[in-house]
Order: sequence, then C-alpha cells, then structure tokens
Amino acid sequence: MKHIISVLVDNEAGVLSRVAGLFSARGFNIETLTVAPVGEGNESRMTIVTTGDESIVEQVTKQLHKLVPVIRVVDLTEGPHVSRELMLVKVAAEGEHRSEVLRIADIFRCRVVDATAGSFIIEVTGGSEKLDACLDLLRPLGLVEVVRTGRVAISRGARETGVAARTGSKTTGA
Amino acid sequence: MVRCLKELNAKTVFGYPGGAVLYIYDELYKNKEIRHFLARHEQGAVHAADGYARVTGEVGVALVTSGPGATNAVTGLATAYMDSIPMVCISGQVPTALIGNDAFQEADTVGITRSCTKHNYLVKRVEDLARILPEAFHIASTGRPGPVLVDIPKDITAAKTDFSGVPDKVEIRSYKPVLKGHIGQIRRAAKLLQQAKRPMFYTGGGVILANASEELTELVRLLGAPLTSTLMGLGGFPASDEQFLGMLGMHGTYEANMAVSRCDLLVAVGARFDDRVTGKIAEFAPEAEIIHIDVDPTSISKNVRVDVPIVGDVRHILQQLAPLLKEPGFQEKRADLAPWWSEISAWRKRECLKYKQNDTVIQPQYVIQKLHELTGGNAIVATDVGQHQMWAAQFYRLDRPRRWLTSGGLGTMGYGLPAAIGAQVARPGEPVLLITGEGSLQMNIQELATCAQYRLPIKIAIINNSFLGMVRQWQEFFYESRYAESDMSFHPDFVKLADAYGAKGFRADRPDQVEPVIRQALAEEGTVIMDFRVNREANVYPMVPAGAALKEMILL
Ligand SMILES: Cc1cc2nc3c(=O)[nH]c(=O)nc-3n(C[C@H](O)[C@H](O)[C@H](O)COP(=O)(O)OP(=O)(O)OC[C@H]3O[C@@H](n4cnc5c(N)ncnc54)[C@H](O)[C@@H]3O)c2cc1C
Ligand SMILES: Cc1ncc(C[n+]2csc(CCOP(=O)(O)OP(=O)(O)O)c2C)c(N)n1
Repeated sequence: MKHIISVLVDNEAGVLSRVAGLFSARGFNIETLTVAPVGEGNESRMTIVTTGDESIVEQVTKQLHKLVPVIRVVDLTEGPHVSRELMLVKVAAEGEHRSEVLRIADIFRCRVVDATAGSFIIEVTGGSEKLDACLDLLRPLGLVEVVRTGRVAISRGARETGVAARTGSKTTGA
Repeated sequence: MVRCLKELNAKTVFGYPGGAVLYIYDELYKNKEIRHFLARHEQGAVHAADGYARVTGEVGVALVTSGPGATNAVTGLATAYMDSIPMVCISGQVPTALIGNDAFQEADTVGITRSCTKHNYLVKRVEDLARILPEAFHIASTGRPGPVLVDIPKDITAAKTDFSGVPDKVEIRSYKPVLKGHIGQIRRAAKLLQQAKRPMFYTGGGVILANASEELTELVRLLGAPLTSTLMGLGGFPASDEQFLGMLGMHGTYEANMAVSRCDLLVAVGARFDDRVTGKIAEFAPEAEIIHIDVDPTSISKNVRVDVPIVGDVRHILQQLAPLLKEPGFQEKRADLAPWWSEISAWRKRECLKYKQNDTVIQPQYVIQKLHELTGGNAIVATDVGQHQMWAAQFYRLDRPRRWLTSGGLGTMGYGLPAAIGAQVARPGEPVLLITGEGSLQMNIQELATCAQYRLPIKIAIINNSFLGMVRQWQEFFYESRYAESDMSFHPDFVKLADAYGAKGFRADRPDQVEPVIRQALAEEGTVIMDFRVNREANVYPMVPAGAALKEMILL
C-alpha cells in the first residue's frame, strides 16, 4: 500500500542525502519525494510517497525519527489528509488537435501557461489520479514532455500536521 | 579543539597523523594533558578507541587524517556502529576552499561514513567547533550509543576563535532519547512475569551499554527465572550463576535454545533479535509472549513481533520494574517455576559443550578452559572473529560486565588486537587477554608495534588451527568439505615474530604443554604471544544452520 510520509527536518546541508540514503541503505523504496524550506527557512518539509506493508512503513518512520536532524515524522495516510500534485505538460499539437487540447485542459481545469504556433504548455494540479487521467487523454495529441512534482500532502483539521497525534517534539531512542 | 576535548574529559586519544591534521597534532604536542596513542594503522586506532569505550563506558576518541586516513577508519566505525559503541572520530579534511576539487588526499568522508555512523558533521566555521564537539559526544553516548564522526577541514584547524568553554548541557531540538519507560507498559510486564509458568530472560548488549548488570542480576535472582545472553550481553549476568543457561543462538547452548523455544514468556532486555540469535523467525519462541525493553524504537518489532514493547533505558526501566515485583501481592500469586526448572535440567544433562581431550592433540576448548582457570576468570577478554570467538564465548565464562570485547554485529576479523590495546590503556593494572586465530591476528598484526611502544602487557593466545576455521567448518558442513581458500598453513612463525616485535613468544604443540605455556606467559611482564597448535578440524558445537529453527541444532 502507498503511504505519504511527511517529514519535518532542520534545513541544514546534507539532510536530504541522509534521508535518501536511509531509504536506499535499507532497501525501502521512494516513489516520489518533494522538499522545500518552510517556516522561517530554518526548517524543511519533505513529503515522501513510499510503498510497503505495515511493518516496512513502521520501520521507515522509526528509522526516519532516528536521524538527528529530523524533527517530526507523520504517516499522513493514517488519518484524513489532502494531497496534491502539480504537473507541467508540453504538447505539440497542430490543426484540429489544438482545440482538442484546449477542451481537455478546460475539463481538467488546467491552465495553459505557454503557447506557440505548434505547442502548448499546460499546468495541472490535483490528485495524482486526476493527473494520470489528464495525461492519458493528452498523450495521443502529441505529448512531448512531462514534469511532475510528486505529491505534497497535509493533514485535515485545525492542528498542525503530526502535533496532535504525538507529543509534539519527537522522542527517539537513538 | 584540544581545549574542547579536555573540557569534555576526553583525555585519551588513539590516532595517526597526516597532512590535514598537522595543526591538531601540533597542539597535542604542546599540550601534555591529553594522552595520544599512536597506532600503526587507522583501523587499529579506531578499534582501540572502541575497546577503550567498551571497557570504560566512556566515549572513545580517534583522530585520523583526511583521504586514506579516513577510509582506513571506516571498518572501525562500521564495527562500532553495529555494536552500538560510543565513539567520536575526528578526521582531517582538505581546506574548505578545496573541498570538491579532487584535491590531494580528499575523500567525501561525511558521505562515505554516513551509513556507518550514528551521525556525522562537516565543520564549516571554526566558531562551530565548540558547539559541534559537545554535540558529537552527547549523541555518541546517549540513547542507543554509536560512533559520531567530525570532519574538520585543515584551514579550520588553523583558524583562531574565542573559546569560552563548552556548554554545560547540550540541547538538540530534534534529538531527545527517552530514558524512563511507560509505566503502564511496565505494569503489564509485571503482570506477565507474575503469571508466566515458563519465563525466560534473553539479555543483550543493551544491558552492558546501560550499566544495568546489577539491576538485572538482582531482579532475575528475585524472580528465579532462567536467563540466556547474546554474544554481546556476556558478562551482564554472572555466568557462574545457576540461573544462567549460557549463550543462545547459532552457537548457543542446547539448554538455552531449547528453553527459548519452549518458554511462555520471553523478556528481551537490550537485545535486538539478530538473525544469528533467532534462527528461523517463524519458529522463534513460538509459545511465548514477548516483552521487549530497548532504548531504540527501531529495534522493537523489527524482526519479531513484540507483545509488550517498553521503550527506554534498561537501567531506568529495571529500576521502575523492581518495586512492582517486590510488592507482597506479586509474590503471593506467582506461578511455581519448579516444573520449568526440571525441564531445563533435563536439557542441561545433554552437556552440549562437552569435548574430549586426549594426550596427543590440543583441543581448542581445552586451551580456553585453561586460560579461564589460570586467570581466575578475571581477565578482560578481547577476541577476533571465527571459531575461537565462539569457543571463547562458551568457555571463558565471565561474571562481570565490560570485560568482553568482541565484534558481534559486523564480525570484523582484525578487531581483537587493537581492541585489547584500547582495553589495556584504559585499565593498565588489569590482565588483558586476547583470544584470536592465526587468520584474524594477521589482519592487524602491525599493532604489535603499538603494544611494544607503550609496553602493554597484553597476553595473546592464538588458537592456531592453520585454517580460517569458521569458514572451513561451513565448507565441511555445507559444501561437502571442499576447503576453497580456507587453508592458512602458511603463516609466520609467531614465536619469532613476537621476538621481532620485542615481545615474548611461546608455543604449545601437545596438551601437556598448554598449562606451562599459559603459566609462563602470565608470569611475563610484557606482551606475550602464545601459539597453541590445536586440532585443525575441530568444530564449534552446537550449531544451528543458518535459517533453521533454534531447536534444530547440530550437536557433537
Ligand atoms: C562468527 C559469529 C557468530 C555469532 N554467533 C552468535 C550466536 O551464536 N549467538 C549470539 O547471540 N550472537 C552471535 N553473534 C553475534 C550477532 O551477530 C549479534 O552481534 C548479536 O547477537 C547481537 O547482540 P544483541 O542482540 O545483544 O545486540 P547489540 O548489538 O548488543 O545491541 C544492543 C541492543 O540494546 C539496545 N540498547 C543499547 N543501549 C541501551 C540502553 N541504554 N537501554 C536499552 N537498550 C539499549 C540497542 O538499541 C540494541 O537494540 C555472532 C557473531 C559472529 C561474528
Ligand atoms: C575482515 C573479515 N574478512 C572475512 C571474514 C569472514 N570470516 C569469518 S570467520 C573467518 C575465519 C577466521 O579465521 P581465524 O581468525 O583463523 O579463526 P578460526 O575461525 O580459525 O578460529 C573468516 C575468513 C570476516 N569475518 N572478517
């Protein structure tokens, strides 16, 4: 099963390679990973999508906790959450395909962010399934290139992600 | 940096100089309060710091240069990491401006050591040193201990800064190990202990690391339950106690492995359910509920499902648990353990460690038994890796903690001699015994020079079977005795070699020479090598084949 793990870390050099290295060293897989500074800039939030059974994901989260610069780890899939992904698609469409592209963009509430005589760049945000569906329709029309951010996610409700469930700061053994 | 070390009470350093650490060495030269021991290889320096740490419980300190110095240190770090040994390794690095330039003797040390250290640092500003070094010591020694590496570029060791002392207390926002156990869980554990008809303690390195032997011994004696230990936990509970069933696992005793397979309550204390211990997971302690005390949540339910996890420090938790077991209500309703003990006695009668010593060929077990006898069981024992290590674990029965230095997790041949050096440096007045094989000893034999230089009276016993014995045993059992590249008949004359290094060397070829050689060796003041020519094809028994259930032991 897919799990979305949200990791709050100290924004210091090398923290990304610690996290990524942990996944590779222990044979855990990373499907997507996004990372950007948050707050005052001294923290970063990583959102990692991984697959594995319960015991593997439990090890993943415990091992992440153990890394010294990791402040908090939350498996968002354990509770209600909202997740989004952003995708940019370049389509080389000509003739009647051009209007078809625009129609699809409209249906999926995409934005056309660039257009030339022979191409469009379309921006799509939403759940990953929606992005997949949109891609399927655009593919036959002359799909040139796709970039996706991978998922970001946040828990629902009034509290900060992970703070309600746990004691606030992490308590690691090691 | 040197002043930081002093304030952190790290007054013994094992190291090896080189270009990138020359400023540091220059300071050490001027500063006589820190003792530096010069190894003959960086691996030796790191293992020595590790041995020092295991014996004292303090953080071991190693100092190496950049590039090859740091890469040579990696095996030592990985060894300490696998066995959770507190250590700080300081490595030199090329000057900041040259990092990433493929500069002379540059290696990405932080990158290389990331997965074999608990944490590591690259120091970017000299002002950061006074924060990072105390942090490194704090991280190395708290929670589940481990090695921490601090990589310091040369320009930073040359720079000057104001130093107002190290902070009294280290606070790292994202690092807060738990000490005390959850009281609800501890009550559940007490309840299970009260009800269990066939309780069994399974203790490990965590007991030693937490300095919890006393608490453990008191509690287990109070309960009257049997106890088995991992290789790493030896000495955590007195081996001479009736309640001690010996080591469990691949080369554990029959009674220990049978008892684990049969118990209805297994209390794991600071042990991590290693595959050498569990054998086939599905058949490990099949009848038992499991209580697991460990400071590291990742150890819990990693390999084996646990019913009552208690996260925290062993010593704290045992101190929380003991009063519950002393309540009158507890004792009254306890299950009777007599039937359990009679089952255990039957297993004990199998005498699984028995061997026969004849007049012609020395049996390895006999040598270790004699070593134990003639040192009164009082030596600090370091081992290398292989058959001799297992025989040492089985026959050098230890009653006290922090007197057993062995590479369990990584199984590093070449660990023993430098670790013994670290131990002897830490405990100059005490007997230090190295039990090794002719294969392992040759992996770091250069450290004999270190022994000689510092006049370390280490007694080295080579269980010389002229084979990579453990490998040969596997080949005999599982590869139809095809001894591919495991014959070590060509090795130096260790008696002459001892002489070359300024040590004493003695050889025993026949059983009747064993005792005189040991006596002679123990009477010597300096380093001694004893070369025991033993039965070449003796095997370690019992043995649970890899992947088999614990009950499926091969016995002699
Ligand atoms: C050739 C060879 C053969 C071997 N055969 C055997 C064998 O037959 N039997 C055997 O047992 N081993 C054997 N080993 C060793 C084995 O590989 C493991 O190293 C060993 O079993 C691990 O011991 P441990 O479970 O005590 O864990 P350790 O590695 O000692 O780990 C300590 C555990 O305690 C925890 N801990 C640390 N500090 C604290 C604290 N303060 N409070 C609470 N918890 C703490 C840690 O988190 C960790 O989980 C063999 C090794 C070799 C090289
Ligand atoms: C550095 C290293 N290389 C290889 C091994 C694999 N190995 C494990 S035991 C062993 C044989 C050890 O031989 P020796 O030191 O003579 O001890 P014996 O088993 O004969 O007692 C080997 C090669 C190892 N553990 N460590």
